[in-house]
Amino acid sequence: MNRSSFSARRALAAAVFVLLAGCSGGGSASESTASDSIPVGVLHSLTGTMAISEIPVRDATLLAIQEINAAGGVLGKPLEPIVEDGASEPATFAQKAQKLIQQDHAAAVFGGWTSASRKAMLPVFEANKALLWYPVQFEGNECSPNIFYLGAQPNQQILPALDWSFEQKLTKIYLLGSDYVFPRTANLILKKHIEDRGGVVAGEDYVPLGGTDFSSVINKIKAAGPQIIFNTLNGDSNVAFFKQLQAEGLTAEALPVISFSIAEQEAKAMGPSLVAGHYAAWNYFQSLPGAPNEKFVAAYRAAYGADQVVDDPMEAGYVAVYLWRQAVEKAGSTDPEAVRKAAWGLTMDAPEGPVGIADNQSLSKAVRVGKLLPDGQFEVIWGTDAPVAPEPYDPLAFPGKSCGWGGGA
Amino acid sequence: MSDLAFYLGQAFNGLSVAGILLLAALGLSLSFGLMRVINLAHGELLMLGGYLAFVAQRAIPGDVGFLAALPLAFVGAGALGAALYQTVIRRLEGRPLDTLLATWGVSLILQQAARSAFGATGVEAVSPRALQGAWTLSGSLQGLTISWLRLFIIGLAALTLAGVWLFFQRTRLGREARAVQQDRDMAQALGIDAERVNRTVFALGAGVAGLAGACLAFLAPVTPTVGMSYVVDAFLVVIVGGVGSVVGAALAALAVGGLSAAAQAVTSASVAKTLLLAATIALLQIRPQGLLPQRTREG
Repeated sequence: MNRSSFSARRALAAAVFVLLAGCSGGGSASESTASDSIPVGVLHSLTGTMAISEIPVRDATLLAIQEINAAGGVLGKPLEPIVEDGASEPATFAQKAQKLIQQDHAAAVFGGWTSASRKAMLPVFEANKALLWYPVQFEGNECSPNIFYLGAQPNQQILPALDWSFEQKLTKIYLLGSDYVFPRTANLILKKHIEDRGGVVAGEDYVPLGGTDFSSVINKIKAAGPQIIFNTLNGDSNVAFFKQLQAEGLTAEALPVISFSIAEQEAKAMGPSLVAGHYAAWNYFQSLPGAPNEKFVAAYRAAYGADQVVDDPMEAGYVAVYLWRQAVEKAGSTDPEAVRKAAWGLTMDAPEGPVGIADNQSLSKAVRVGKLLPDGQFEVIWGTDAPVAPEPYDPLAFPGKSCGWGGGA
Repeated sequence: MSDLAFYLGQAFNGLSVAGILLLAALGLSLSFGLMRVINLAHGELLMLGGYLAFVAQRAIPGDVGFLAALPLAFVGAGALGAALYQTVIRRLEGRPLDTLLATWGVSLILQQAARSAFGATGVEAVSPRALQGAWTLSGSLQGLTISWLRLFIIGLAALTLAGVWLFFQRTRLGREARAVQQDRDMAQALGIDAERVNRTVFALGAGVAGLAGACLAFLAPVTPTVGMSYVVDAFLVVIVGGVGSVVGAALAALAVGGLSAAAQAVTSASVAKTLLLAATIALLQIRPQGLLPQRTREG
């Protein structure tokens, strides 16, 4: 052993260090903010494992901003969107949120997808007394005065899906998710409710975010023999999971999967034939009837191409801007505290149907289960009749906790 | 599903993971063993193989596209490897830290190029009909399925390993490569063109990485950052196996794949990964040079 081998090993160690530290960074967009326009931040992952899902939400958010500007803006001023890339890294989300608030003076920020990114941004918004409009279903168990939660709470997605599953007599359930806060908390809540209703948790498994090897997981699923899989995988992992499930000869008829992060966009990117026959639970599907939805789909396609599809988080990102505008016009100012209070109790005829902002800053909304067709669209096969009120804290999993500021509704 | 079927299934899964890891790590092991070059762009050569497989399938629909995908990925990634050697690595001879930084830069450029060319969203390749589905066992092994595609990948990894081994043992160029590795000055004094040898071995390693990428494209999506996630595992295999050793890399891939599958039988994938890294640290305490270190005069 001599010096050159020693230094080579050190170099190798340095290589691993560099790789593990990862490469973050990326450019930032526009700087100047004219005083006659209102800057708003749009913060989504445009790169990395979450880009597949988040880029379309950015596009839907920008569409709403364009529409509002075409209709005269907010308080007579046009909105100036400032787009930043969260790069699928929670730390980057926090850093870019700080930049949008402090440097760009964004009146509101629309963005985030993974709960990890939201948790990373939360202290930034609370410290700066700014507002984040978050468009994705999540695990609940959080209620910040500086965040508006436009996606489903657990009682507006996963628990209604459990109702549906039990109605279908599918009571032996396997829980599979990416390893971060949303799947872990969602499954914690699901386990309590499955046991409470006399069902069986056949197994529970987590794969690192972005993980692509599911051979062992699928082997364990086969050994456990569940009737249905509740899937909270996020991002590219879903493609790998369904591909490998199919390669093992497990069809949707033999073992259905109900997913909570696969919507029209993901189905399109994955190739619908891979997931056809499986299920998803959401508040919004592109196939829903009604004039507001037809208008939304048509506007999106006119802006981004006739072959485009829309989905639940995109709809929430779109609705978020309109609800924020309503609140600003009601408050007569873009001051976050005034906007926040004005927002409680607002309602809107959204593409998904009537929604309302509760005083816990989440939306009341209807819940549906859809079955994926080979053309990539969902056939709605089950739904709640009326909007469901949001419950940030599940009474069974987190007893005694509640949230709300007593205004509005 | 019986316990036996479950554990046999896990053993097969371990082998399958080992096959991919071996393909991903072999080139890294070669370039490090021969030239003491730590190629941080190795993952991007793998990524290129994945995208080439996707392109081949787009250009030639049907099962012929699959047959074209593998050689195209091998040749394409190999060509990029040769170009990388010629333009960057050759000029930084004997400067490991500079090579490290330069190849890292190349890796960032290639990632961004892929993002510009194919978009941030993953693409994928479809396996031919003959490899879709699985061999389903019955009787006491009821529930055990052996996916044809995974079997194919294991076979391809074994063939590649045999090919690389034969290259080093049986061909003139391979023997020259071993001579250069053992004592470069002496080999050059005997008239061996060390640069040509290095370039060939580097391109060969890059080509194998391209094959790994093509295989991955049939199992999982190819994204601009797919190389990043695999190069860490590939380094792990190289370190455990002992740098520069083809057989060591094969043993290490088997150990890593097997341990990962065994750990996942009892715990989740996340915990299994942690256990794997802990086991590697423990191994390096006992055998700092890896399982089968290469003995050379240069060290």
